[in-house]
Amino acid sequence: MRHETIEKNVNLMMILIVVAISIGGLIEIVPLMLSSDATEPDEGIAPYSALRLAGRDVYVREGCYNCHSQMIRPFRSETERYGPYTTAGETVYDRPFQFGSKRTGPDLARVGGRYSDDWQRLHLMDPRALVPESNMPAYPWLAEAQVDPELVTAKLRVLRLLGDPYTDEQVASAASEVEGRTELDALIAYLQELGINRRARR
Amino acid sequence: MPAFWAWFVAAGTIAFVIWCVYLISWAGKQGPQNKEDEDLVGHVWDGDLEEWNNPAPKWWLYLYFITIAWAVGYMIVYPGIGAFDGLFGWSQEGQYEQEMQAAEARYEPIYEAFAAMEFEDLVKDPDAVALGGSLFASYCTTCHGSDARGATGYPNLTDADWQWGSSEKDIITTITNGRNAVMTPWAQILGSDEAVDNMVNYVQSLSGTVEAGDGAESARTQFTTFCAACHLPTGTGNPVLGAPNLTDSTWLYGSSAEAIRTTIEQGRQGQMPAHGEFLGENRTRILAAYVYSLSQ
Repeated sequence: MRHETIEKNVNLMMILIVVAISIGGLIEIVPLMLSSDATEPDEGIAPYSALRLAGRDVYVREGCYNCHSQMIRPFRSETERYGPYTTAGETVYDRPFQFGSKRTGPDLARVGGRYSDDWQRLHLMDPRALVPESNMPAYPWLAEAQVDPELVTAKLRVLRLLGDPYTDEQVASAASEVEGRTELDALIAYLQELGINRRARR
Repeated sequence: MPAFWAWFVAAGTIAFVIWCVYLISWAGKQGPQNKEDEDLVGHVWDGDLEEWNNPAPKWWLYLYFITIAWAVGYMIVYPGIGAFDGLFGWSQEGQYEQEMQAAEARYEPIYEAFAAMEFEDLVKDPDAVALGGSLFASYCTTCHGSDARGATGYPNLTDADWQWGSSEKDIITTITNGRNAVMTPWAQILGSDEAVDNMVNYVQSLSGTVEAGDGAESARTQFTTFCAACHLPTGTGNPVLGAPNLTDSTWLYGSSAEAIRTTIEQGRQGQMPAHGEFLGENRTRILAAYVYSLSQ
């Protein structure tokens, strides 16, 4: 075969590109999907409760990942400030994972329990009331928006279909868990349990 | 990774290297065979200037071979072929542990030296205070402010007023285990809006902010019954419970009648999160010394 044959035949080129990428995926991605290192949850990691799941979706919707990473890298400068580095087994229930790639604000992988609920509430409503030099936007509408119980139940069902080990009771009680709670409550519940499975400095 | 998949990855990686060698060699041999007309690419400039489909220059191809040789060398010494660890035995975890150990060897003696010092000396030691200051900047400023003067609901650490006590042990306990201050809502128990108004007035009069009004006497009776358990009959507070002194000029949630009314009606939940597990003993003590030095 000559170069020319591929260069002048766009359909053939397309097929060969797909073949090349598939081989790459087969070698780099598929083995990890079938490897327990990356698919088994770490100790203390459980699927998100209904309220936390709703909070996680608020986190994604508001684009928190644009400024906050959730990936503590294995460097001393990171673990001194944020806590133990992130492992694959901690993120198995994240769909999609919230690693992020930019830190306008600090990493949040282990923010759970670092501040009080009241602090989180006030800080999300008006960041500069607590941290005058902060450039984080305020999210006051979260306090008014209610979490939709039916939607949360449906999400739990879908996640169970995808293999997350939710029990029947968890699915059944999901609606009552989020009933009457605001998106702010949900987001705080999500933040307050981030990374609390490993608290010590190293 | 299971053995089968490790071998699968190794086979794929090696096959790809061989494929690259073959591809570059093959591309190097392409080009006009007989320099006949059919080997021209068909581009014509200025009427007679034409182009052969010549192969890439040899030096260019050799660069590719050099990068392939580099990759092979890399995969022999570093992990890259399936589960093979590489001759250097390098790992991400290993590098991290090495970095941590180097830091420990360098910094732990400094912390140990400070750990052996008396708390009062630590408070006056400029090096310890500088170290504590940088710890404070990393872990405490988001609530207590970069000037340590706090905010509404977050104590000012630079004054001489201590909600939970100012001894070495008290401050270390506060940082290590955190604190939970609970004031329950009193609106219903006090009974009426008037009773709340009277109580606001009485509490304000304790610190001399306002004159005691007509209702102060009945409020005092209620204060002795309900509030004195934590704030003491004198209103001077109890550091063991984190109940603030009401007779001084320090007001965590504001001294206005409105702020005090909210406090009485709805209660307050002040929470300091625990930092002990995260900071460890030595850092906590230096931080405590720094915080105490701010009030001196």
